[in-house]
Formats: sequence, C-alpha cells, structure tokens
Amino acid sequence: MFDIKNYTEAYTLPEALEALRADEDAIVVCGGTDVLIRMREGKDAGKSLVSVRNIPELQGVRRLKNGDIEIGAAQTFRRLTADPVIRKYIPMLGEAVDTVGGPQTRAAGTIGGNICNGATSADSAATLLTLNAQVILAGEGGTRAVPIGEFYTGPGSTVRERTEVCTGFRIKRSDYDGFAGHYTKYGKRSAMEIATLGCAVRVKLSADKASFKEVRLAYAVAAPTPVRCPKAEAVLKNRRIDDDAAAQQFALTALTEVNPRSSWRASREFRMQLIRELALRTLKEAVEKARV
Amino acid sequence: MGAVGKSVKRVDAVAKVTGQAQYTADLEPRDILHGKVVHSTIANGIVKRIDISKAMQVPGVVKILTCLDRDLPQYLFPTAGHPWSVETAHQDICDRLILNRRVRFYGDDIAAVIAENEVAAAQAARLIEVEYRQFKPIVTVEAAMKKGATPLHKEVRPDNVIVHSHMTMGGADFRYEQARRTAAKEYGSEELTEISGTYETPRISHCHIELATSFAYVDQNGKITVTTSTQIPHIVRKCVAMSLGLPEGKVRIIKPYIGGGFGNKQDVLYEPLNALMSLSVGGRAVRLEISREETIVSTRTRHAMTGHLRALVKKDGTLLARSAEIYANNGAYASHGHAVCANAGAVFKDLYADRMGVEEDCYTVYTSSPTAGAMRAYGIPQSVWFAECLTDDIARAIGMDPCEFRLKNCMKEGFRDPGNGITFHSYGLKKCIEAGRKAIDWDRKKKEYDRPQTGPVRRGIGMAIFCYKTGVYPISLEAASARMVLNQDGSMQLFMGATEIGQGADTVFTQMAAETTGISFDKIYIGTVQDTDTAPLDFGAYASRQTYVSGMAVKACAEQFKQKILDYAAYMLEHASTDMARTVYAEEIASARRTAVRSLKLGKTEKITPAMLDIRESRIVLKKNGRQLFDLAVLGDTSFYSLDREQHITAEVTHHCKQNTFSSGATFAEVEVDLALSRVKVTRIINVHDSGRLINPQLAEAQVHGGVAMSLGYGLSEELLVDEKTGRTLNGNLLDFKIPTAMDVPEIEVKFIELEDPTGPYGNKSLGEPPAITPAPAIRNAILNATGVAMTKAPMTPQRLFEAFQSAGLV
Repeated sequence: MFDIKNYTEAYTLPEALEALRADEDAIVVCGGTDVLIRMREGKDAGKSLVSVRNIPELQGVRRLKNGDIEIGAAQTFRRLTADPVIRKYIPMLGEAVDTVGGPQTRAAGTIGGNICNGATSADSAATLLTLNAQVILAGEGGTRAVPIGEFYTGPGSTVRERTEVCTGFRIKRSDYDGFAGHYTKYGKRSAMEIATLGCAVRVKLSADKASFKEVRLAYAVAAPTPVRCPKAEAVLKNRRIDDDAAAQQFALTALTEVNPRSSWRASREFRMQLIRELALRTLKEAVEKARV
Repeated sequence: MGAVGKSVKRVDAVAKVTGQAQYTADLEPRDILHGKVVHSTIANGIVKRIDISKAMQVPGVVKILTCLDRDLPQYLFPTAGHPWSVETAHQDICDRLILNRRVRFYGDDIAAVIAENEVAAAQAARLIEVEYRQFKPIVTVEAAMKKGATPLHKEVRPDNVIVHSHMTMGGADFRYEQARRTAAKEYGSEELTEISGTYETPRISHCHIELATSFAYVDQNGKITVTTSTQIPHIVRKCVAMSLGLPEGKVRIIKPYIGGGFGNKQDVLYEPLNALMSLSVGGRAVRLEISREETIVSTRTRHAMTGHLRALVKKDGTLLARSAEIYANNGAYASHGHAVCANAGAVFKDLYADRMGVEEDCYTVYTSSPTAGAMRAYGIPQSVWFAECLTDDIARAIGMDPCEFRLKNCMKEGFRDPGNGITFHSYGLKKCIEAGRKAIDWDRKKKEYDRPQTGPVRRGIGMAIFCYKTGVYPISLEAASARMVLNQDGSMQLFMGATEIGQGADTVFTQMAAETTGISFDKIYIGTVQDTDTAPLDFGAYASRQTYVSGMAVKACAEQFKQKILDYAAYMLEHASTDMARTVYAEEIASARRTAVRSLKLGKTEKITPAMLDIRESRIVLKKNGRQLFDLAVLGDTSFYSLDREQHITAEVTHHCKQNTFSSGATFAEVEVDLALSRVKVTRIINVHDSGRLINPQLAEAQVHGGVAMSLGYGLSEELLVDEKTGRTLNGNLLDFKIPTAMDVPEIEVKFIELEDPTGPYGNKSLGEPPAITPAPAIRNAILNATGVAMTKAPMTPQRLFEAFQSAGLV
C-alpha cells in the first residue's frame, strides 16, 4: 500500500495540466519506477499523483517529413529499444535504455521519467545530450522546447515546473543522420544497476571512413548533471580514426570538462580513471559501428 | 529401498511451483491489524521523551507502544538461535528488551504502531516525535575498545568486549613469540621466512527472499501464538516466553513454508515484539512485516572481522607457526556474537598442521552499529579468508606453488581437535585438492599465468581450502526428533522437529525414512509446518546439522517403526488360520504364509519371526530372498481395525547426538582482470566438496550453486557500509547493497568426493554452509596470480582494486 493522497488518470494533456494546477501536492507519474519508490521511502508520501501514461500525445516514436524524430515521453524503455524508427536511425538510444535496471523496470519505466527525474545517472541522458535532443514541455501557457543541455539545473533538479508535463523529445535529422554511436554503462554489476559512470560517444566519419568529421561525447555521473564535453569533441575533428595520440588527447581533454564527486559509491579519482578509459573504449566501439 | 543417494524430485516441488505452498503472509487471518516498528535515528543515546499525540490522531491508529511505557515487560532476553543452556556459564547473553530506551544503534527499536491499515501505521510512525540524549556513536571496534568509550551495555559488559577467547594449537601454553625464538635457534634465521598482514572481511546482509515476517494472536487455548518465518521455531518459543515473562506452555510458534534465512532467521527477530503487540490489543491478530530496508539494518548481519596475522615458515615450505588476533564487530546486541568469532578462531587453527603451533586471540566487541549474528558458515568465511589469503602470501614469499604448499601443510587425515575432540572421521581434503587441481588444469595454467603478463587484461588462477564441522556438538546441545505414524493404506505420516527453509530438508528426511523403513518414497507424507504445540522437538536449521543430527533421529525412529511393522506382520502370518482367517485378507495372508513356509523350508513347529521379514517398496518380503508376501496396505488396514489385536503403529524418537565430524573442500577459480576498469571477471569456478555420502545429489549441487554465489558476493561486491560519524547505514537497500545478479554469476562447476562418513546416519556430513566459504579467497588468490597484487580486504570492489592497482603502478 502506498500513501497517495489522490490519483488522477489523465487522458488528455489539458486534464493533466488542470489536475497539476488544482492540487499543490500533485506530481506527475508515468511508469512509477522512481516516483513510487520515493513514496514508499516516505519522501513523497502523501502526494497526489497525476498519471500521464494514457495521454495519446506522449506515446510512440514518429519520424517527421523533414526527417526529425519525435519520441513520446511515455515511451517505455522496452518499447523504445524495440521501436523500428529507433532501431533504424538511432539504435544507440535503444541500446542505452536497454541497460536500465531489469526487465520489469524497463517494461514500466519511461524515457520522459528518466530525464525529468533529474538524475545524473540516467541512462538515456548522455545519449540524448549527444543527439542535441530538445525536451518538449507543456504548461498552462503553452509549449516550450528546451535543449537538453539547458534542461538540468543541478542534482535532481531541472527547469521543468511542477505544473509542466514533459510530452517528449525532438531530435533533428542533422543530429543523427550519418552518425553512429555507442553507450557504455559502467556499474558494479551486470544488471539491476545504476551507473557508476556512463559514457556516450557519437561519431560521423569522412566519406572514406578514415577520419572524423564530427565527434560528440557526453557522460552520466561525471558531474552533478549529465555533461557534454565540447572541448574533447573538438580535439578529434578531422583527425584520423587511427590517430592514437589524438584519441588519448580526446580522453585527457574530457577530464577537464567533468567534475565527479567522491562518495561512498566511488572516489573522484576512480571516476576520473573511468572517464578517461571509457572515452577511449567507447570511441573505439562507436568507430567500429560507424565503419560497418 | 535405495531412496538415499538418488536425485528424487523435491517433495514440495509441485506446491512451490504452482504457488500452492503457503508462506507466513499467505496465512494471515481476516481483519488483521498492521504493525510498524519505529526505529531510532541516532546510533547511541537514551530516549528522553516520545510524543505520540500527533500520531494517535491519524485515523485508523489503534495503539502505540513505546520504550517509555511503564507496563512494558522488563525481562532481558537473549536472541541467539542456540538451545538454551541449563549451565549458567554457557547461557546466551540476555541484553535486550522488546523496545529499548537505551538506543544502541541507528535503527534500534524504540516504538511500535498498531493500526487498521499499513498506510495509517506508516503515517503515524512518521509523526512520532522523539527526543534523545545523545552519546557519540562508536561504530568501529577500535572506538568501542578505546579507554573511556561509552559502555553500550553497562551491566553486562562495561568494557564493550563481549568475549575474548585465547586459543592455541600445539599445547595450551603455546606462544608464537616463544616459537619464533625456538625456530631461529633450531633452524637458523636464514632458513625462516615470516609473513604478517592485516586482512578484513565485510559486514553483509543475508538477503533471503522472504522478509522477516510474522503475525501474532491469542488462540483458543489462551496461548500467544506467533506464525513466523523462522529457522528455529522451538527456540523462538523459549525466547518469546522469556521476553514476556510467560511460561513456555503459554507460547505457541508456527512455522510454515520459509523463503530462505541463511542464519538471519536463526535468531529471534521480531517475534517477541509481535507477540506483545497482539497482547496489547487484547489478543487480536497483528501482522508485522519488516521491510527489506529494515531487515538489512535492524535484524542481523554477518560480522565484519579484522585479522592481524603472522606466519612463520621454513624456506622448504614447512609451516611452523601462525598467530591471529581477530576482532569481530558485533554491533549493538550480543545475539550469537560470542560463538561466531570463537568458531572463526577454531577453523583458522585447525585448517593447517603447523609444525609448532598456533596462537589466537579472538575478540567480539559491542559497537553502536547493526547487530551481527549468525550467517551461513558462522564465522568461517571470515577465518578462511584470513587463512587462505595468508597461505597464498606465504607461498608467494617463499616461491612455492600454493597448491603444493597446501598439500604439504593442510590438516591431516585423522585430525582431532585437541580442544573439543571433534574428529575428521572421513578425510577427503587432499582428494578434493587433487580433483580440483586436475579439473582446472592447475599445473599447466599456473605455469602459463606465472609468466610476466602485459596489456590491459591479466589472467590468473587461484585456490582456497576449508574444513567445517557438522552440527554444534560438543560446544552446544545437539538433539532432534522424528515421529512416524502408519496410515490405513500402509503409507506414513512423517513429523520432524527440523525446519525446512528451502534447502530441501523435508525431501532428504523423506528419502531417509524410505531408505530405512522400506516404505516407498512416494508413500511418505512429511508435514512441513512446525507448530510447537504438536511438532516434536528439534532446535532447527543451522550449523549444517539437520541432515546429520535430524537424520540420526529419522534413522533411529525408522528402525523402531519398521520393527513394530515387522512384529505385526509376523503376528499376521502366524495367525493366518485363526485371527486373520476371519478377515477380508484371509486368503492373501494364508497364501503369504504358504510362500514363506515353502521358501524358508520351515518345519511344522517353526514359527515365522519378525527377523525373517523385511519391507521393500512398501511390501512385506522375506529378508533372505526378497520374496514378496503381502502389501503394507493390508497390514495398515488390519492393524487399525483388527478385532483381535488393534494397534496404531507409531514411533517417536528424540536423538541426543554426541557426535561430530569435519567436512572439507576446495575452490579453484580462474579470472580475467581488466586493469584500467579495475574489474574482475571470473571465467571458471570449481567447488569440490568432501561431504560424505550425498543423500540427494541434485539438491546437494543446488546447495553448492547458492553458496558459491553468496561467496562471490562478499568477495567482489557485497558490503554494508555504516557512516562512522552518525552510525547510519549508508547502503541499506538492494540497489546499493550489491548482491550479484544472475548475470554476474559465472557457470558454477561442482564436484563431490563421496566418502562414507562412519558417524553420519547415512554416511553423510555437513554441506549446507560449506559452499559459501572458499570462492572469495580463491578469487582473491587468482587476482594475486594475475596481477601480483595481494588484496587484503573483501569485497574486492572496483574502487578497492583501482586503489591497489594504482599503488602497484598498474594503472
């Protein structure tokens, strides 16, 4: 039994927004894999829940005429991994969310919740950063699109207002077309795990596949929020893919753009080691995928 | 016949697979009240004031008990799952009340809410306001033993040391320092090498699937009745009675199916509180389900131990002497504490045949942290971590193959512990080492991995050995009971006092009963529910004892039972033409008699005696040649309803066991170490066990699988962390406390060296706990082989490996 003050199952966006406005204790729930845990722990006990899982606009994955891709916030991890559009155009995102928890969590948890939860460890976050995804937020005043790089404001906090609903994510064609990528999740075990560190690399190679046209690098748990590393990315621009010194420079530069903390989970020093090593290994994997 | 030694299907397989098997939570009566424990949010102090006024206003709240209640029972009681001792010197420590005003760890039980539903109980618990007088938390052994440290139990142990045991091998007066001097004189110091080091094991949680769950009510006889998930129903009865100041007859404990315990439930947990909660609301049923987070912090844990070790060895590989100073962090309450660390010391000294001797000092210390109690293998994973890390470090120091070193120095055939007399009756240790050595291709691989390695991934091979007692005799009482009742159809009801907790005890007892009585396995019905009002006495599931000790009770009872059946069978055959002639079985018995007389060539005056008969596959047969005479169903029906000689055939035996024996074994592991990511992959793991004759090979192998997974856990990832400043447990949940998942456990290879143990009822000896002992140190030694880095602290997490590799210049 959960200590829930009131529960609203919204079927339209206006219904959800109204329910959030009407009750100061109301919060959004979708898959419930984070919200219900917080309620059980007593942290969000007594809150009202507004479920957005049955709102049509939040469902599915669409590829628009101009090639941009829209992902509904209520898309579960499992469906995202299996989605034909994702598999064809951004398989890395499907692979990344397939590392979340276990099968049950992936069947219930959603990408919208993963991002709106504000955790630096979110498995979809680093990949969405390398995709320059925009977070679509619907509120009383209408809809706004926030670049994911500006979405996070600190550990567990984002620009989303309590009364706003994240409806989905938009990824421009130019941000995925021609790229290949890889996400490495480093955890203490092989499943049922939160990342000790996550590393996402996307690469776009030259026509002869011998050099990098563009590289994108982002991390989970390398800073209080998921973080992109533009300086490291710049190092590899137009460098040959077999240039080991450049790759080393790429990894070392990444270290200047992160700020991991020491905690009982892992020390800053160890995380720095992982940040460097995973940059190299993930880059290699991404290049291999790009060369196929 | 021949049911023992076969992989028969578990007797509860269908019930468990279909969900028909009922566990504690499945049995709750209607209109039950819900309990919730309120835990302290400081680690060390005194509750000054508790304000329940806001909590009482929550709709649905029925009653709130607090540690300040004037009528709270004030009987100090023990919780360890040991048979109560009638000898004062051996009694468990009585050091807690049902709710404690003197708070001794962060998570201590200070109040309890009873409400109409779970949400009301949780809301009320959050609204209770507590004011404390706080003392500094003393979380570590060092802090607790420091002069002037606050005593956690002033009356019981003013210096926080629960027990200090000094133990030796090589004479009671053996002293390591003396041995050093003697050895230097005798062999010359250039012939000697000394190794010293400090090794540590973590505090961990048992992580049984079924939580600590119970419900209590007053039954129609006025007994306070607790249905509970426990390994020790009969001991719980005694301790609940003690805690409430009630006579034992007024307490009834019921144990249904259990979803695992691993030693946590070899302790009295929340049964006394649950009983008090029911009594406080007039005997209404109250349920108390302890959440996973509460189970981790506020029930029991495995002792974290630190061992300061020294070893003296000759350069030819002769182990001369060792010393150990072991400190066990026992947490807030004594529980099993005094026994666990002493047990660790016992095996440390027994495992090797030091030429001169061993000296040990074992300290068990109260600290203001979660209580440590029993956990699978009871101190031995700790002491074998110590012994087996040390052994590889010795072998490395003198440049000897660690497998050869073990074969040369390990405990010998016929070993008898001079302290307690426990003897290695069937010795398979060296056979285990040889079998594992061959299976993993030790000699070739060791040579290969000993060559200098380069690159980011290093490979290595390692091993570790253990020995383990079977039950607790003569340290504690060993007794067990069995009761057998014949049904009309010749089938048997089997009642055991022993506890099935998932390990397969009911199945192997049924196999044993079939083996000895001759009644078919599928015609024996065992009752799994233990109700102390009706179940015969047994002390429960612990110490890998039940197959051995309770097995002895089954065997003794089965022999009596069988004799009664054979006596009756002989009566039937002898009265074939008289009493039996008037019954529906007249023809069958007359024919059986003719068969017997002919087959045994009996003269006219010769009688058919019970000694001529036997039972096989539920039939009365001739012992001499197995000729079938008649079905047991005929005997059952006759004995129940005979107008000439009615007899309800039953037997009941309580067996007082005064035997013990060692089992042993070894783990061989092969690893790949990814230096840069500081990660270990176990590519092969082989456990070889010397556990006597196996009763059910498939169940035995399953025991090993579970044990290996547990050992991998404490070796690589499991560790309960307590903040030294606040005493709060940092990772008291299953996300942050890292038990391995199915994806983290490699393929486990299992081998058995089956030697008949002369003391075991069926040639068997301990197996339940042993598999959980050696995998962790074997992996540690494989990492040492792969990287040259000698880890000292378990678990060997990526963080610890990273730090060690960094110091070694590997990353």
